[in-house]
Amino acid sequence: MTDLIQILTHPDYQFLRNALIVGLLASISFGIIGTYVVTKRISYLAGAISHSAFGGIGAALYLNRTFGLSWLDPMMGAVASALAAAIITGLVSIYAREREDTVIGAIWSVGMAAGLIFIDLTPGYFEISSFLFGDILLISSKDIIMVLVLDAFIVTSTLLFYNRLLAVCFDDEFATLRGINAHGYYIFLLCLTALTIVLLVRIVGIVMVIALLTLPAAVAGKFTTRMWKMMLLSIFFCMAFNTAGLGLAFFQGLSSGPSIIIIAGLTYLVVISLQKFKEMVKKG
Amino acid sequence: MSLTLDNYQPAVDLIWKEVINIVEPSQAVDIKNASFAYQQKKVLKDVNLSVPRGDFATIVGPNGGGKTTLLKLLLGLLKPNSGTIKIFGKPPEKNRYKIGYMPQYSHLDMQFPVTVMDVALMGRLGKRRWDRYSTLDRDAASAALGEVKMDTFKKTHFNALSGGQKQRVLIARALCSEPELLLLDEPTSNIDQESEKDLYNILKRLNQRMTILLVSHDLGFTSQVVKSVICVNRQVVIHPTTTIDGTMIKDIYGGDLKMIRHDHRCCEMGHIHD
Repeated sequence: MTDLIQILTHPDYQFLRNALIVGLLASISFGIIGTYVVTKRISYLAGAISHSAFGGIGAALYLNRTFGLSWLDPMMGAVASALAAAIITGLVSIYAREREDTVIGAIWSVGMAAGLIFIDLTPGYFEISSFLFGDILLISSKDIIMVLVLDAFIVTSTLLFYNRLLAVCFDDEFATLRGINAHGYYIFLLCLTALTIVLLVRIVGIVMVIALLTLPAAVAGKFTTRMWKMMLLSIFFCMAFNTAGLGLAFFQGLSSGPSIIIIAGLTYLVVISLQKFKEMVKKG
Repeated sequence: MSLTLDNYQPAVDLIWKEVINIVEPSQAVDIKNASFAYQQKKVLKDVNLSVPRGDFATIVGPNGGGKTTLLKLLLGLLKPNSGTIKIFGKPPEKNRYKIGYMPQYSHLDMQFPVTVMDVALMGRLGKRRWDRYSTLDRDAASAALGEVKMDTFKKTHFNALSGGQKQRVLIARALCSEPELLLLDEPTSNIDQESEKDLYNILKRLNQRMTILLVSHDLGFTSQVVKSVICVNRQVVIHPTTTIDGTMIKDIYGGDLKMIRHDHRCCEMGHIHD
């Protein structure tokens, strides 16, 4: 324990402290939005949104280097393209139901492809794996502020629209009949998802972020019967997975993203296995 | 023609009738020459239908005949390509607060984290400008759950209920917005006979204060409580229940069918024959 405190207060390990703080704070948004993604069954849409963020990262790097737009941060590009993808996938899933999966699959891979092409066109060498798989060394104190702002935004939105979002996720047709703009709330929810995803790209990366969004909520869903309880429990699980994963990564010298995801995945597996086992015992 | 004292009264009566019809239309549903097509496929053709206030009607017809489409047109979720649809004298989307709707529960995600009370309260959303439910809303939801005998299950996970119970909760959700027209989509599918009987007793009671329209595949049972039958197979025909006979059924389903006696007064040994 004293070792741990020493490590966490040691000036050389500023990056670890930042990663831990970002992980804990981002869990608030992740738990809330993850609950919506899991209950509304839009993990696939969220996957497309996260992968298309890479297109924005590539574009931002390209514009930054080629046109000297030094203020343009790759994360700004990620936010812009993730929001665009959220709006497009949302409209597609509302208006073109039959071809929904094809279009979403296309957005998924075209987003990735665009990012890679932009990076090819950009002079100089980039370590793209940090975007794809996460790199805690990239986290700065600026990120902590960004996460805090997003948390505030998502918590406020959820408090303001909790009952409407619940009705839209449960039965959007009925919500429409009660005079609620169900399509509008749905697109809004996808935009919140896009913003949340971009936040944790630094820690777990684009490829794996979807697991960190859905697994805590999936585990929490096994224990609760109400939406707000599921959100609180997912926040807790997300914090636990982030912290345990970062610890494992640091002490074993592993990559942070995969460590977090493996812990989350194993927990989910154990929980569903135990539940199946319990059911079997009950039935005899 | 000049208005003299002799023909003055009938003219006033006529105007008065019109005024009453606008303020309080006698028709719950009034469809004139409505047609609907998905892309090129015509689903409903030249529909003319009027359902009076206080009616209890079932919509029957073969699968793909347009029952669901008709329901969605009545709800205002779809718009007719031609013709007009009026609910209590106004387009459906203008009168949504007067319509209660119970969908099929099989469309809903059964893992969803909601309690019975959560679901019932959703019926009150339209009445709220703000997102929070008031005590008034909770009382209305409780009363609606009481009406379908589900008030003892308020804190139960929606998923833990049986099919018949889920359907009753969805009726309560539709009731707590205090509708004047109740639309139900296949309320008798996936439930056992006992629940079906309960359901119809509830609906019969509700019919005393609201118009009821339900989609059903179960024609035999309908004649027991239902006042009229609306047959949908691309075209729409309305029959009073007393006239249900072989020709009508042939009309709806096309082709010869065997009719099976299907009254609900069966004993364990089978039908009691006179």
